[in-house]
Amino acid sequence: MNASAPRPVFPHRHLLGIQGLSPQDIEALLDMADEAVEVSRQIEKKKTTLRGRTQINLFFEPSTRTQASFEIAGKRLGADVMNMSVASSSVKKGETLIDTAATLNAMRPDIIIVRHHAAGAVHLLARKVDCSVVNAGDGAHEHPTQALLDALTIRRNKGRIQGLIVAICGDIRHSRVARSNIILLQALGARVRVIAPATLLPEGIENFGVEVFTDMRRGLRDADIVMMLRLQRERMNGSFVPSVKEYFRFFGLDQEKLSLAKPDALVMHPGPMNRGVEISSAVADGAQSLIREQVEMGVAVRMAVLEALASHLPNR
Amino acid sequence: MTTASSLLLANARLVDPGSGREGAGSVLIRNGLIAEVRWGAASEAPRFVEVVDCGGQVLAPGIIDMRAFTGEPGAEHRETLKTASEAAAAGGVTSLVCMPDTNPVIDDPAIVDFVQRRARDTAIVNILPAAAITRGLEGREMTEFGLLGEVGAVAFTDGARSVRNAQVMRRALTYARAFDALIMHHVEDPDLVGEGVMNEGEMASRLGLEGIPREAETIILERDVRLVRLTGGRYHAAMISCADSVEIVRRAKESGLKLTCGVSINNLALNENDVGDYKTFCKLSPPLRHEEDRQAVIEALAEGVIDVIVSDHNPQDVETKRLPFAEAANGANGLETLLSAALRLFHSGQVPLVQLMRALSSRPAEILGLPSGRLTPGAPADLIVFDPNEPYVLDKRNLRSRSKNSPFDEARLEGRVLLTLVGGAVVYDGRPRLAARD
Repeated sequence: MNASAPRPVFPHRHLLGIQGLSPQDIEALLDMADEAVEVSRQIEKKKTTLRGRTQINLFFEPSTRTQASFEIAGKRLGADVMNMSVASSSVKKGETLIDTAATLNAMRPDIIIVRHHAAGAVHLLARKVDCSVVNAGDGAHEHPTQALLDALTIRRNKGRIQGLIVAICGDIRHSRVARSNIILLQALGARVRVIAPATLLPEGIENFGVEVFTDMRRGLRDADIVMMLRLQRERMNGSFVPSVKEYFRFFGLDQEKLSLAKPDALVMHPGPMNRGVEISSAVADGAQSLIREQVEMGVAVRMAVLEALASHLPNR
Repeated sequence: MTTASSLLLANARLVDPGSGREGAGSVLIRNGLIAEVRWGAASEAPRFVEVVDCGGQVLAPGIIDMRAFTGEPGAEHRETLKTASEAAAAGGVTSLVCMPDTNPVIDDPAIVDFVQRRARDTAIVNILPAAAITRGLEGREMTEFGLLGEVGAVAFTDGARSVRNAQVMRRALTYARAFDALIMHHVEDPDLVGEGVMNEGEMASRLGLEGIPREAETIILERDVRLVRLTGGRYHAAMISCADSVEIVRRAKESGLKLTCGVSINNLALNENDVGDYKTFCKLSPPLRHEEDRQAVIEALAEGVIDVIVSDHNPQDVETKRLPFAEAANGANGLETLLSAALRLFHSGQVPLVQLMRALSSRPAEILGLPSGRLTPGAPADLIVFDPNEPYVLDKRNLRSRSKNSPFDEARLEGRVLLTLVGGAVVYDGRPRLAARD
């Protein structure tokens, strides 16, 4: 990578989803993230790209790692970061979304990071504010920075994404991570498979250009990457799957099932993990696991996204 | 407002869905009723009669909308009977059946009476209250069909809700026979709808929204068809939205059952793609379906398998619509755009004008047992004159309804009302609009 080469300007004011990004946009973000990894590994981690800028993390859904990751990313770029957690129980749903947006907007922030439990909520908010908006997860719709950090992790470990077989396993139906990853990985030329019991597959998934498996053993065959998804507690008790025991038996990743993938297959999980539900501890902590590296890449990718949006920020 | 006791609407293109006849002619109105229908070229006007030259435009019976929600009583900030009637008049709707989903619910003769008094004092079109099938719309105890019918409830419906319990539905259909009462049912299984907010399929999955399967509609519809066969009750499926439902109704009718059904103008004019980027004005019940379903309901309308078109007018405001999609209320504003949107099917060559007017006017009249909906001497002079070709772009701010949640905002439409008469009196006059343009 040539650091002095002129970088094309990121052509979007917000990052609301992977949908709408070109392969070039994605590659550019990943290249920037590679540089951010180096910065993050130095003693002096501070850059000045966002000096004087105000970043608000507005989380309508509880989150530890994503919020911390955005906070650290913002601070490393020199921004003033403010965290606002709006416990969804205390909010009369949605009503405050527009009000909160208007209130925050009046404080002239430069960038707002939003997570919300409803699909489309971040798009709605983005229409009501003057600053840049980053989607940190909206309902079952998109979680673009997760998909970017997954892609970065894969690219750094495999050297490429083109041509890899990536198996995404678990609760595809309710997963924004799965949707963003499917779009991104396909844009960069990967072959994507989804593996889940049929109750956890969204209708029409076969039209997403993915191969669909309800038998995990078949789906894992020859996979280069096995990406596990979290299964929410409330969906394990008879509503979507009968029990944790049955789920782990047929859809949990253990050493034995992992051995069906390529010998050098790597395992990923967006976290937080349910050990013994979708993944065994031996696999999560094993030699093929990239789970901890994903967290490091998360900070780098979010730094890259914030830097990319910096050329579009208001208040000049 | 003109209240001349005699009025001649001359030089018109008459469209009479009652007889299926269409041609040049004029209509003479006397004392609020149609006195004479003259087919053919203009003849001399009788003396002492005010004459309105229709300029060759369409003259037809006014629209009878079998499904409109208002906010009165209980949510007057969204719509009153007055504002709903003004929107109706501007849209060519001369009678509307208002849904019982009010606060309090229209499930008691005193509330039917209240609505009628308010309508008489404030509304400019005919307001026909529908009463609830079950008390409080709760799906458990039947309301007083006999007493409610006596004070003027034209039909029984739980409005936006479905009667979930088949036993309750069976008893309602059975009991209704004693009064020849019409049961109008919203066919949508709440359990299968679940968390669903739009049509189930690829589009919903891409947007990360929970889907509503067509089976939520077809299972309840099929159940109802069997209950109608069992009970002999008079039944009308309020709105069907998909190809499978069309087949169910077609088979039921072919087997000799006397049921009828409607379709929302939204399911005729729009499809799930109109949801686009989470447009909450397109969040509806039943949801906008796939284009194939839309084509199927249009075809069924043209064949007469679907009897009526309704506006499903449901005024919602910013508080209930400017929300994330899943949290927004269902419903679209529709009274004022009903005719223009329906005329899209005429302009696309899919449904002849007389057939459209049948579904908008004479069929609803027959189902509800009203004397209007036809160009016949003795019928009430509830009439509209409209130019089926006048183009315009809808600006929701110009809607007369108190709520502006129109899915047709900024849409190009063709066909607008020039004159609306209720009981022989002009309640809407759009001619100055044309004059201003000239």
